[in-house]
Parts: sequence; structure tokens; C-alpha cells
Amino acid sequence: MVEALWGRIGMMAAYAVFAPLIGGLLDGIDRKISARMQGRRGPCILQPFYDVAKLTKKQLLSVNKFQLLMVMSYLFFVMLSGALFFGGCDMLLCFFSLSTAAMFLILASTSTHSPFSTIGSHREMVQMMSYEPMVLLTAVGFYLATGTFRVMDVIRTDIPVIAYAPGFFVGFAFVLTIKFRKSPFDLSTTHHAHQEVVKGVTTEMVGIEYATTTVAEWYENVFLLGVVGLFFVTSNPWSYLVAALAVFAVYFIEILIDNTSARVKWQLMLKLAWGVTLVTGGLNLFILELI
Amino acid sequence: MKTMHKSPWLLHYDGSSCNGCDIEVLACTTPVYDVERFGVVNTGNPMHADIFLVTGGINSQNEDVVKQIYSQMPDPKVVLAVGTCACTGGVFKECYNIKGGVDTVIPVDIYVPGCAARPESIIDGVVKAVSLFQRKHEEEEKKKNGRHRK
Repeated sequence: MVEALWGRIGMMAAYAVFAPLIGGLLDGIDRKISARMQGRRGPCILQPFYDVAKLTKKQLLSVNKFQLLMVMSYLFFVMLSGALFFGGCDMLLCFFSLSTAAMFLILASTSTHSPFSTIGSHREMVQMMSYEPMVLLTAVGFYLATGTFRVMDVIRTDIPVIAYAPGFFVGFAFVLTIKFRKSPFDLSTTHHAHQEVVKGVTTEMVGIEYATTTVAEWYENVFLLGVVGLFFVTSNPWSYLVAALAVFAVYFIEILIDNTSARVKWQLMLKLAWGVTLVTGGLNLFILELI
Repeated sequence: MKTMHKSPWLLHYDGSSCNGCDIEVLACTTPVYDVERFGVVNTGNPMHADIFLVTGGINSQNEDVVKQIYSQMPDPKVVLAVGTCACTGGVFKECYNIKGGVDTVIPVDIYVPGCAARPESIIDGVVKAVSLFQRKHEEEEKKKNGRHRK
């Protein structure tokens, strides 16, 4: 019992330490693959780390002190949700913590009164409205497939969750595009040069504030990809390899979608996200209930 | 920090340019020149920018805009004047509303001549700006350390 507890604490610590490294590398690979898709050489894979390191050294020209506090809270709650997930805790708790984190990002953005970050945060809220139903349904899908919300019990099943919940998987992968801020759903802010509202929610974040937001995004990405992997994990150790391959496949498809689609209006995003949620998640839920 | 020069983020502002230089600046980001391989990101946000790239001369209408953008950029920062107009005012120098080059309003670090400035020379200017950016950062660090010792 005590050993298991230490194991879980160890996993939490490993997440806290390694998630930004993995997230940063994935970001670097994303930029490299995107560049290759566009026929360019692209930057070095370590580029995101150079960017964050530089941002920490820039002058803090922030308009208020409140923003830094909110950004730090955003990072804390994202870390908490990921740590709870990799520590094997309740999945609902992880997702609620993630929503709280998103609220802190919106608070950080609206505290500045910049018209660009205000529009960005309005869009961020619409994005939340679009993906939240599917995210919550994903937790329900795990429950219906395994009879538990606890991650540590989900990984002990003999049949992977994907066998019961392929619809939930497709729906979750769909809303990941919104969560990763990939085109066509990069409404609130974007990682690319083709801006619309300058930088949206992150417009007024300077130096260390923007670095913190970026690191928080890396933590968030690793956590969300962890959820993708969880669909494939069973008591068999080889399933972790399958999960890793699935994670890479989903990430690659996200990059491909990002590079081949144009930004849509929020109305279409909302309709698509809720439509996919209803069809994939709803249908899967209905079938599982019947069985 | 030694890796500061590996992440120069660029802000492009079109003063009163004829758009010739602007097209060449944008050409730098295309697959042929791909300036992103040096870590350059064409950001539209002064708060995130390290290098302020201005094309075209300064007139009475954009003077305040240029000053404001410059003041919104956090230190260390480098200003790059691209094209003859941004350097001196160019053919528009004698116009009634033109003040002259960018250096009539804000301090300019690097001048890239040419009408229009070629992508190769713009990239050359950006690379020079990058090494200056690193030097400015190191000078700032030295100043800070000196202050702590006192």
C-alpha cells in the first residue's frame, strides 16, 4: 500500500520534471514537420527551448502585476491536473482542474483591457464551450468501459478502453485540435505568423509571463496526449508501446490538419464540435448503455 | 545567456513604403529563403518582439505609431531599417509630409540599403541584428551584475 503510494508520488514528480521536456520537444518536432510540409528547412528541434529561455531574460513590461499571478496560477492548475492524471487519481478531478486552469488564463488575459486580448478571451470561452462537453463525456466513456474513473484502475483492465469506446476516442481526438490551438480552430491565439487578433489571449503577456504560458501549454499537451494513450493501455506492458504509437499518430494527424486547413469562424467551430460530440460520443454512450 | 541569439522574434512595420521592401521581407519567410531556420518568428506583437523591422520613411502620421511600437517592445531590442526610404527617406525625402528615415524618430541599429532591399541583404541585416541583440543582452547582464556587486 505504502509502496503503491510512493510509486504514484514518483509518477507525479516524473510528470512535473519530464513533461515540459517532452512537451517542448514535441513542439520542436511539430515546427520541424510543419516546415517540411511547407517545403522549408525549419528551425532546430530545440528551438522552443531557446524561445522560452530568451523570454525569461526579457524585460517584464507588464501592464499589471495581477497578470503574472494569474499566469502562474494557470501553470499551477495545469500541472495539478497532469500530476493527478499521471498519479492515477480520479479522471473527473483532472478535467475539472484543467477547466479551472483555463479560467485563470482568461482572467490573465482580460486583466489588461487590451482589445485584442479581450477578443481573444471571448473566443477562448467559446472554445471552452465547444470542447468541454466532449472532454467530460470522455471521462464518462472511461467509466462505462471500465467501471471506474480512477486512472490507476483503468490501466489494470485486460481489454483496452478503445475496444468499448472508439466513438469517445474519435470525439476526444477531434476536440484536441481546439485544445492544441491548431488550425482550423486556432481562434483565441495561434502559434503561426498569420495573426488575426495579434496574439489573442497572449497579446499582453511579456517575457516571463509568455514563457510561463508556453510551459503550461507543454504540460497541458503532455497530459492530453496521456489521455489519448490511456485509451490503449491495459495490464499488458506491451500495450504501452501501442499507446505511444497511437499518441504519435494522433499528434501527426493534428499537425497535418493544422497545415492543410484554414481558420473557421466560431459559429462553425461550435456546430462542428458539438455535432461530433453528439454523434460519436452520444452514439457510443447509447450503445454502451444498451450492452 | 549564450543562446539568446537563437530566438530573434521580428516585428515588421510598414511606414510609408511603396510595398516593394515589404514584399521582399515576406519573401524571406517563404520556402526559398526560409528565415525561420535561424529561429526567426514573424510576430505581429510588439510585446513579444526583439527586432523591430521598419520599411519606408517616416511621415507625420506614422511618427507616433513607430514611437509607440518601439516603447512597447521589452529590452533588449534592436531596430532594423530596411530599404533606402527607411534609411534616409529615399525618393520621398523632399516630400512635404516626410520627416526622413526611421532614425529621425527612434534610434536605429542596423541599416539595410536597397530599392527594394533584396531578400539576401535583408537576411544579412537580420543576422547582424541577431548578433547585436546578443551583445545588448550581455551588456545588460554585465550592468546588472555590476550593480549587485556594489
